[in-house]
Parts: sequence; C-alpha cells; structure tokens
Amino acid sequence: MNKDLLARLRPLIGLVLLSVAVALCSSRFLTTSNLLTVLRQTSINVVIATGMTFVILTGGIDLSVGSILAFAGVVMATLLGTEVPLIVSLGLVLLLGAAIGAVTGLVITKGKVQPFIATFAFMTVLRGATLVFSNGTPMPAGDGDDAFAFLGEGYLLDVPVPILLMIAVLAIAYYVLRHTRFGRYVYALGGNEEAARLSGLRTRLIKTAVYGVSGLLAAMAGIISTARLSSATPTAGTGFELDAIAAVVVGGTSLSGGSGRISGTLLGALIIGILNNALNLLNVPSYYQMIAKGVIILIAVLLDRKTES
Amino acid sequence: MKKLLTFLMALTLAPVMAFADAKPKVGLVISTLNNPFFVKLRDGAIKQAKDAGIDLVVLDSQNDSAKELSNVEDLISQKVAAILINPTDSNAVGAAIKLANREKLPVITLDRGAASGTVASHIASDNVAGGKLAGEFIAKALGGKGSVVELEGIAGTSAARDRGKGFNDAMTAARIKVVARQVADFDRAKGLSVMENILQAQPQIDAVFAHNDEMALGALKAIQGSGKKIKVIGFDATDDAVAAVKAGTLAATVAQQPALIGSLGVDTVKAVLAGKTVQKTIAVALQLVTK
Repeated sequence: MNKDLLARLRPLIGLVLLSVAVALCSSRFLTTSNLLTVLRQTSINVVIATGMTFVILTGGIDLSVGSILAFAGVVMATLLGTEVPLIVSLGLVLLLGAAIGAVTGLVITKGKVQPFIATFAFMTVLRGATLVFSNGTPMPAGDGDDAFAFLGEGYLLDVPVPILLMIAVLAIAYYVLRHTRFGRYVYALGGNEEAARLSGLRTRLIKTAVYGVSGLLAAMAGIISTARLSSATPTAGTGFELDAIAAVVVGGTSLSGGSGRISGTLLGALIIGILNNALNLLNVPSYYQMIAKGVIILIAVLLDRKTES
Repeated sequence: MKKLLTFLMALTLAPVMAFADAKPKVGLVISTLNNPFFVKLRDGAIKQAKDAGIDLVVLDSQNDSAKELSNVEDLISQKVAAILINPTDSNAVGAAIKLANREKLPVITLDRGAASGTVASHIASDNVAGGKLAGEFIAKALGGKGSVVELEGIAGTSAARDRGKGFNDAMTAARIKVVARQVADFDRAKGLSVMENILQAQPQIDAVFAHNDEMALGALKAIQGSGKKIKVIGFDATDDAVAAVKAGTLAATVAQQPALIGSLGVDTVKAVLAGKTVQKTIAVALQLVTK
C-alpha cells in the first residue's frame, strides 16, 4: 500500500523538483501566461501519449503516431478546401486515424508481426503517403475558417482550447481505464497475455482496439496541430512518437505492460514540456539542449527503477 | 584515281569538319524536374546556352541515383565535351563523376556538391552571404539598435551553420544584441513553440531571424498571438513566405537565384572548354524579397 502510493507520487515529485529548479533560475517561469503556454504546447504530446499509454499497457509500442498526425493534417487541410461541413470533416479524419490504427493492430494480431516492426512500417508508409498527398509542400488549412482555427487558437473562459481538449481526453481515458471492462482487460492483457487468453478474453480484439485508440488520438493531435498553425506540414510530427513514449515511461508506466497510470503520463509529458520551455527561457545553447534533455529523462527513469526494486 | 581518292577523303572528312564547326555539346544532368527550384535552374542554363552558342542536352535523374549514373553514361556515349551535374545526393554521385573523370570530361557540380571524384568547379548559393543580407536588413530596419532573436535550423547542418554565421557577423558589425538564440529544427510547429517560450522570457524583442521560412511562419503565429509588433525575416522564399511578405505580415525572406546558378554553370563550362582556369567554388549571390 505504502509502496504503491510512493510509485504514484514519484513522477509528481520529479515534476515539483524540476519546477522549483526552473523557477529559481528564471523569474519568468511561474507566470500564468507562461504556464498556460507550457500546457498548450504540451497538449499535443499529452493527447498522443494517452493513446500510447493504452498501447504500452498491453506491452506493445506504436511508432506510427507522428506519421498519422501528419497524414491526418494533410487530409484535414484537403477536406477544408471542399464543401464538406467542418463537423463531418473532423469526424472523417478521426475515423481515418482510428481505422489506420486498427489495421496496424490487425497486422500485429492476425499477421503475428512484432508491434515495433508493424508500426515502424506504417510510420514509413504514412510519411511517404503524406509527402505524396501534399506534394512535399505545406498546405494552407482553414485560414479564414474561424470555427476550425478555434480548435487550435481559440480560448474558452480564458483557457486555450487545446488545453480543454487535452483535459477531456485525459478524463475519458482515465474513466475507460479505471471504470470499464475494456480498461481492466487492457491491464490484464499486459500483465499476462497467456493467462488473459486462457481466461477467455478476446485478446486479439482488445489489442486491435488499443491501436485504434492510439491512431484516433494521433489523428486528433494532427487536427489540433493543423488548426494551431493554419497549415498542414508534411514533415509535422517527426519524432513525436519518441516524445510520447518518453512521457509514458517517465510517467511510470512499465514498457513491459500491465502497470501504469494515465495521471503518470500527464506528469511525464509535463516534465518534458517544462524542460523544453525552461531550455528556451534560460537560452541554453542548442548543442547542450539535447544533452540536457537526455540526461533528465534518464535520471527520471533511473529514479523510477531504483524505488521499484 | 588520285582525284577519286581526294573526293572520298573529303566525303569521309566532311562530317568531322562539320562537327568541328558545330557548337560544343554539353550535358546537364538535373536531380529532379518535379521541383520548381530545379526547373528554374534548367531554364537559366538553357537560356544562357543559347546565347553562348552551346548545344545543351538536359537529362532528368528523377531523384534516382541509378538513373543519374545511366544519364551520365548516355552523355559520355553521346560524346559531350563537358558535363554539368546537379547531384541527387552528394555521396551517390561519386560513381558518375569518376566515370566522367576516366573519360577526361570536365565536370561542374551545381547546387549540391560531390563527396568524391574530381570536379572543375562547384557552383551554389552562398548561405553565409544570405544570412548577412538578412542581418543587414534587420540592422537597417531597427536603425542600428534593438533586441534580436535567432531561430536556428537543425544543429550541425551546413545551412544552419552558414546562415547563422552570416547573420551573426552582420549583428556584430552593427553592434546589435542577439538576446536569444534557440534551435527550432527548420520546423513550423517548433518555430511556434520555441518563439512562444522566448516571448515569455524576453520582455523586449524587435526582430526575429529564422534560418528558414517554415520556422519564420511558426514564429509569426506566436507573435500574432502575443499581440506584439516584431519584424520576422525568413529564408528560402517559399510560396507561403512570399505570400506572407506580400500581405505585410512577414518582413522579408531571402531568395536563392536558381536561374543564376544555371546560367553561371554554362558560363563556367564555356571558360573551362576554352582552356581558362576557373574558381574551384563559385558562390551565387542571394536576393532579399521584401514588400
């Protein structure tokens, strides 16, 4: 019980320590506008990392999320140029993301391909498809379409809309994982796939669904990112899969599956987001930034392992 | 009999004599013609070749190194006098260039260099001069004082290094302070978030120089969100950026001159064929696009 509480608190302690350190170095850090900036920047990673949490809880991995983000972006940009109503376009793009994820899931379950390889293949294919689709140039998206731009740039009660969308995604994910049968199955599958299968769980279906969730959320991140920039860039989201995986792992979810929390993923993403913000605030020279980022992620994960054993 | 022999000799020599009279044939191998940049480069070369009296054969490698190699082979069997080549890839082009070297054909590389093989000259845009151009524009616009931010490209790339060097030289010369210098990886979304963070840290910013237009357009979004008035200068003159310059939101962008690279290539090949010595590298000037 005590140990479990400590496990929950670890990412939070890391976040607080990092925040205090940054606040001591820069007086600009703890301002409302800066904290809102950090949250808005982190929101895209949180949305992706939430889907990634589902996948990693089953013991899988999804490398295709960054490419799905970019592909969803260019499809969204294309739909915006047509007569299709906005709400329908949004639904189609989300559905497309979920479908791509589900197909990846089928390749993994029916085709018995390692998740790493299957999602890597989809990552490459979709990046290529995005470049073909956009002819390699950024596509204007919704400049002048206020309703679409609202999703990325808008405010509701003084809070940026991407932050509200992130909170909604987190709340739903939390509910699903904690209070639905599907959520318990995800944990069971990651804990011991064989046992889950023998006790009658439809493991293939659950796994496929999990990649569908990841694809859906990656597409949603693509919509937010495109709305924010009023433009869909074919190279958008490159490397985002690693940021998402880092957020999940720093947040205390085990890469071997079965244990972890959505709240941890949020904290992990915030640690990475604050780190990026702080490196900019403190004007750290570029070559050192990568070293600093890697070292801090390493420290966070090592602390996690140490208290576990 | 003797007469007949002379006649026959004249007959066989005629084509050879005609060839000597004809324009020299030069090959131009282009990485791709699916990109407006390289289409302009080709057009510049064709125009100059017409004026210089050179018979230019243009071949498209379709961004494929294998196609590039067979293009060079084709040119060699067509007996061209020299080859202008815009490599698909600096490393992969080595084999094609060595092939031409073996035939003692002069080779000139355009826009992208070659990692191996011997070339008579390499002609490309001068990124250092471009960065300097942007820096001088900012210095003039700010009246010689103010605070400037630099958004850097992917660390370690030559474009980021050279553009940054030219820009910082201009800032030092004008004694203008660069208050923040941060990497945004040539990416629009990163340009946005990095600029948002810098805006939080720096109370006063007068201008931003970004190593490419994508980052400049991202930074512009962040600045528009903050409600501040800051001049943003990009690099590359992409369609989006030129439109933003016309709309008055982007202050300026630096444009390469692909047509000039093409025409300088033809000039240089002509000099090489005339036996003159040419510079090993020729830097092509860049142009500032403003409203």
